[in-house]
Amino acid sequence: MLPLLLLAPQLLVSVVFFFWPAWQAVHQSLYIPDPFGLKSQFVWLGNFEFLLGDQYYRSSFWTTAVFSVLVTAVSMSFALWLAVMADRLIKGSTTYRTLLIWPYAVAPAVAGVLWLFLFNTRVGLVSWYLAQVGYEWNHVLNPNEAMGLVVLASSWGRISYNFLFFLAGLQAIPKSVVEAAAIDGAHFWKRFWTIVFPLLSPITFFLLVVNVVYAFFETFGVIHTITSGGPQQATTILVYKVYADGFVGQDLGSSAAQSVILLIVVGILTVVQFRYIERRVHY
Amino acid sequence: MAGITLDSVRKSFGKNEVIHGIDIDIRDGEFIVIVGPSGCGKSTLLRMVAGLETVTSGDITIGDRRVNDLEPMDRDIAMVFQNYALYPHMSVFQNMAYGLKIAGTPKVEIERRVADTAKLLQLEDFLERRPRQLSGGQRQRVAMGRAIVRQPSVFLFDEPLSNLDAKLRVQMRLEIKALQQKLGVTSLYVTHDQVEAMTLAERMIVMNDGVAEQIGEPRDVYAKPATNFVAGFIGSPPMNFFGPSALKGYTGDSGGTLGVRPEHLTLCDETRGRLSGVAKYTEVLGAETLVHLVMNNGESLTIRQDGDSPAPDPGDNCFADFESSNLNVFDSQGRRVT
Repeated sequence: MLPLLLLAPQLLVSVVFFFWPAWQAVHQSLYIPDPFGLKSQFVWLGNFEFLLGDQYYRSSFWTTAVFSVLVTAVSMSFALWLAVMADRLIKGSTTYRTLLIWPYAVAPAVAGVLWLFLFNTRVGLVSWYLAQVGYEWNHVLNPNEAMGLVVLASSWGRISYNFLFFLAGLQAIPKSVVEAAAIDGAHFWKRFWTIVFPLLSPITFFLLVVNVVYAFFETFGVIHTITSGGPQQATTILVYKVYADGFVGQDLGSSAAQSVILLIVVGILTVVQFRYIERRVHY
Repeated sequence: MAGITLDSVRKSFGKNEVIHGIDIDIRDGEFIVIVGPSGCGKSTLLRMVAGLETVTSGDITIGDRRVNDLEPMDRDIAMVFQNYALYPHMSVFQNMAYGLKIAGTPKVEIERRVADTAKLLQLEDFLERRPRQLSGGQRQRVAMGRAIVRQPSVFLFDEPLSNLDAKLRVQMRLEIKALQQKLGVTSLYVTHDQVEAMTLAERMIVMNDGVAEQIGEPRDVYAKPATNFVAGFIGSPPMNFFGPSALKGYTGDSGGTLGVRPEHLTLCDETRGRLSGVAKYTEVLGAETLVHLVMNNGESLTIRQDGDSPAPDPGDNCFADFESSNLNVFDSQGRRVT
C-alpha cells in the first residue's frame, strides 16, 4: 500500500496530463462534433481519410521536414563551431561562454518578436540594410524568406543550448589524446574531424534527437509571433496546424486526428534515430 | 637518429618562471631520464621538447635543427603519455597507423610497419581490438607501438609507467630498456620514481624547483650527489643528514650538513662509534633490516644492515660508525664540498 501511496503523485500527474489527454485525442479523432458542440458523430477513420487526402496537410509534412532539418542543422553546426572556438580560448573564455549562453534564457515568443522587429518590412533594421544593398526583404509575401526567418529565430536560442553541451563535450576529451594526434602530424582541422568529432558523437547524437523534437514541438511561439503559419501556409508545421485547425478553424475532430498522427510520427522518428544512427556512435 | 641540445632553456607561465635555465647535450641514441618530485618542472621540460609548450627563452635543438618554433609534428619525435592517450574510437591497428596515414605512407608500407611493430611488442592478436578492451599493460604497449611505428629520431616518455601496478611496472621497465637498446633511438624519459631513473638512465637529470641539480650517470649521482637535495632524493631509504656537532671528533666547517648513506653505517660499540642514538624501531625487510635511531640532537638516523645481523631492541642505546671516505659534506647552501 505504501509504495503505491508514494508513487501516487507521479502517477496522478502522468494520468492527468499525459494519459487522459492522449486518450481524449485518440477518442476525439474518431468523431466530428457539430458546430454547436452539442453532439458528436462517430465517423470511424473519416478524419484521417480526409487529412491524408488533403493537399495542405500533406504539404505541411514537407514544411515540417524542411523546417526541422534546417533548424537542427543550423543550430547544431553554429553551436559546434562556436564551442570549438570558445574551447581554444585561453583568456576571457568565461565571458564569452556567459554571453553565448544568454540567448537560451529568452522565451521563444519573445525571440520571435525580436527577430520580427529586426526583419520588419517597414521598420526593421536588417531589412533596411538589405534594402540598401538592393535586396527587397518581404517575408510576409515571400514563402522562402518566411521560412528562413522562422528557422533563424528558432535556431538562435537553440544555439546556446547546443553550445553548452558541445563545450562540455569538448572539455571532456582528454587533452593528451588531442596532443598525441598533433604529434602524429594532424593539423587542427584534421584533428577535429578524425579525433575530436568522433569522440563528440554521443553528444552530437543526443543533441540531434533533442533538437528535432524541439523543432517539431517547441517552435510554436516563434512561428505564431512571426508568420502565424503564413504566407499561404508556407511555415505551417504540423504542430502549428493542430492549433490552427483546432482552435482557429474549430475543426476539433481533424485537430485530434492530427495529434494522433504526430504522436505516431515522433514515435517512428525516435526509433529510427536510435536504431540507425546510434550504431555509428562511439561511446 | 639525432641528438638533442638544450641551451639555457627557460619557461615562464605569466610572471612565474618555472624552469630556470637548463643546459644539456644529449648524444644520439642516449637514454636520458629526468627525475624529480611533483611540480619540479620535469614534465614541462619534456613538453617543451615535444613542442606542446612554447619555449620562453633559450634554444632546443634536435639533430642540427633549432626546433623552438616548429610544430610538434615537424620535430620528428614521438611521445608516450602517462594516460596512454590512445584514440578510443580506433582499433589498435588504426591507432598505430594514424600517424603514418597522415604522412601519406602507402597502404602496403603501413600494414608492414604496423605488423612488424605489433610483433615486436607482442600485440599481433589485439590489432582489431579497441583500447577499452585491453588491459593496462597492453594499452601501454599500444602507446609505445604508436611511437615506434613512426620511426622518429627521438622518443619522449612522460611518466609512462605510473598508471600500472607495481609488478607490471617492473616488467615494462625492463621491456622499455631492452626496446630502447634494440632500436637505439635517443630517448627522454620523465619520472618521479628514482628506481626507474636509476635502472633506465644512461645519464639522469635530477630536477628540483625548475633547476637541474645534477646531470650525470646514475652511479655517479648516487655516489657523489652534487647537492643535499639530490642526496636525499636519490636512494631509498634516503641519505642520513646531521649537523657537524652530532659527529664525534669532526673538525671541518661547522656551518654545513653532513650525510652518510644508510648502507654505509654499521652498529658498533661505544668506543668506536662516532654517532650515537636511541633505537626507535626496526623494519625487517628479509634480506635487510632498517634500524632507525634518534640521535641526541633529535635528528633521526637510519642504518641498513643484513637481515641476519642482530638488531637492537627499541630503547637501546646504540652507536654507529662508517668509513670516512663515505662521508658527504655539504656547505650551508646545500652544495657538495667533499
